[in-house]
Amino acid sequence: MAKGIRGGEASRGWLFISPALVIIGLFLVLPIVLALWVSFSDWNGLGSPLGGNTSFVGTKNYEKLILDPGLSQRDFGTSIRNNFYYVLFVVPLQTALALFLAVQVNRRILKARGFFRTAFYFPSVTSSIAITGIFIFLFSASGAINALLGWLGINGPNWLADPSGVFHNFLTLFGVNSPPAALAAGGPLGISWWEWLSGPSVAMCMLIVLAVFTTSGTFMLIFLAGLQGIGAEIDEAALMDGTGPFRKFFSITLPMLKPTLFTVITLGLIGTWQLFDQIYLTGGGKPGKTLLTPAYLSYQTSFNELNWGPGAAMAFLLFVLIVLLTLLQRYVLRDRNKGEKLDKELQRQIAIQASIRSGKTS
Amino acid sequence: MTRLRASAIASYLMLVILALIYIYPFLLSLAGSFKTDADATNNPLSLLPQTWSFAAYERLFTQVPLPLWAMNSVIVAVIVTLGRVFLDSLAGYALSRLQFRGRTVVFAGLIAVMAVPNVVLLIPRFLMIKELGIYNTYAGMIIPLLVDAAGIFIMKQFFESIPVSIEEAARIDGAGIFRTFWTIVLPMARPALVTLFILSFQGSWNEFAHFIISRQSTDLNTLTTGVASLFSGQLGSGNQFPLKLAAAVLMTIPVAVLFFIFQRKIMSTTEGAEKG
Repeated sequence: MAKGIRGGEASRGWLFISPALVIIGLFLVLPIVLALWVSFSDWNGLGSPLGGNTSFVGTKNYEKLILDPGLSQRDFGTSIRNNFYYVLFVVPLQTALALFLAVQVNRRILKARGFFRTAFYFPSVTSSIAITGIFIFLFSASGAINALLGWLGINGPNWLADPSGVFHNFLTLFGVNSPPAALAAGGPLGISWWEWLSGPSVAMCMLIVLAVFTTSGTFMLIFLAGLQGIGAEIDEAALMDGTGPFRKFFSITLPMLKPTLFTVITLGLIGTWQLFDQIYLTGGGKPGKTLLTPAYLSYQTSFNELNWGPGAAMAFLLFVLIVLLTLLQRYVLRDRNKGEKLDKELQRQIAIQASIRSGKTS
Repeated sequence: MTRLRASAIASYLMLVILALIYIYPFLLSLAGSFKTDADATNNPLSLLPQTWSFAAYERLFTQVPLPLWAMNSVIVAVIVTLGRVFLDSLAGYALSRLQFRGRTVVFAGLIAVMAVPNVVLLIPRFLMIKELGIYNTYAGMIIPLLVDAAGIFIMKQFFESIPVSIEEAARIDGAGIFRTFWTIVLPMARPALVTLFILSFQGSWNEFAHFIISRQSTDLNTLTTGVASLFSGQLGSGNQFPLKLAAAVLMTIPVAVLFFIFQRKIMSTTEGAEKG
């Protein structure tokens, strides 16, 4: 009697949610705990890491990556440098291009808007493997890109085989071929300052173009949603005032898009630090290790070299970096409406993130 | 007037060129898959093969186990999609409608879990799959993907947007909680279910990294891992671009078809999320 129509809700609630909890617990939460243990252990891949042959080694694996001079540290440093340049170029480029495309296809007078949106979005739905494969073809030594460059009288590089850094190459134009003495040594993580300043390798440039190509469509859709939130009235008011399109964009559209812009940038930062599939397909870090990324290096160290401790440690360092970026996003958005637990803006942004995440499992 | 005209034409021209840049790589791969090896290398920009060759496709079905890869991809994608649509809605419904102690904690946990990047899970998941003895099995490939926190979040948001009165009426009429959910709520949630269906299929069909760490047997190759093995050079000499392109084209067809069927829906997915 007392139960009324709310009767049995507690048990049903737990019942409904239990399959999800079991799977997330078993394949997400527990694995992280297990891997955290491995990152502090000397497990060699044989038997179970929980078995008797594995012992606790403290922070040794982390020290190997960050403090102890040696190959592990250099490889880790190299992977950070490579991925850093990838992020540095991809995030601004994809954000700017996506915003530009969104403003273009949002114009009400534009005919065939649907066609353009489809064209720009389609690369986002294809698998990373197929599209990377296609780019390997386009960027091969005698491929389409070099044929195009040939029309312009440029002798294109052998993209995927070229480990030279573009900043170094630029300096070569001015006759600077070797590092000035001050930069020849002494950088962090076992890499000289000169190496840190190499810029992305020519090979990495292909992956930068690829990333901008495949993600600009997704982010275009997010910007479109933001633009539609701004509404037509403000647009028309601006038009009435005689504001030109450039001024309108910078003084009205852009400030109103700020939350969306922020989301796109953080999603970009989070996504670009997870570069893996493309590295696997282009030969595991070749040429000259300039395509190594922390995500791939962690995989290679564990699965190929069976150094599970350092591999897992690397995964956790990457984990911390990405979680910090996510927390930063949530913190900044939360700060706007103090007091509310999960305010509207944050909820909206998480929803966007959710719809992108479940479409791309990695 | 003429100035306006000219600027309109200029902006169309620019958009058309941009669209061409986005589409051309796909047309080029399609064309490339019908070329001979030499033709693909010598005429990289041409959309028309000099002589039409079906050799690449023939090889994919005779010398390369592409049908097997495709079958594995279908098995995994279908089960993962169905599992996600069902389990995510169940959990989303509980979180949005059913009162139970611990609900807030569970939801907060879910939001936290969504921040875990997938690429960081490779080693942890491998360790767990090994511990459970399901390495190199369909179970190991499928079960970890069966639920995703993001999908639960999407369903919860949607359930909260539909009025509770209809369910209450059904409950007063004596329908049980599961029956109310199954026969009344789910049909109303069609738009969100379709969204989740598309996202789950796309996600599991295109999944790569998880199948790298959850199996080793070539019999369990999906299209992504199988095609990746073609690229990492298990074919012998030469670049063999037509064959690789043909494989890339074939594996893109299902998501492309899904995309064109649900185009409208997909293009408004993030917009829908906005309204949430």
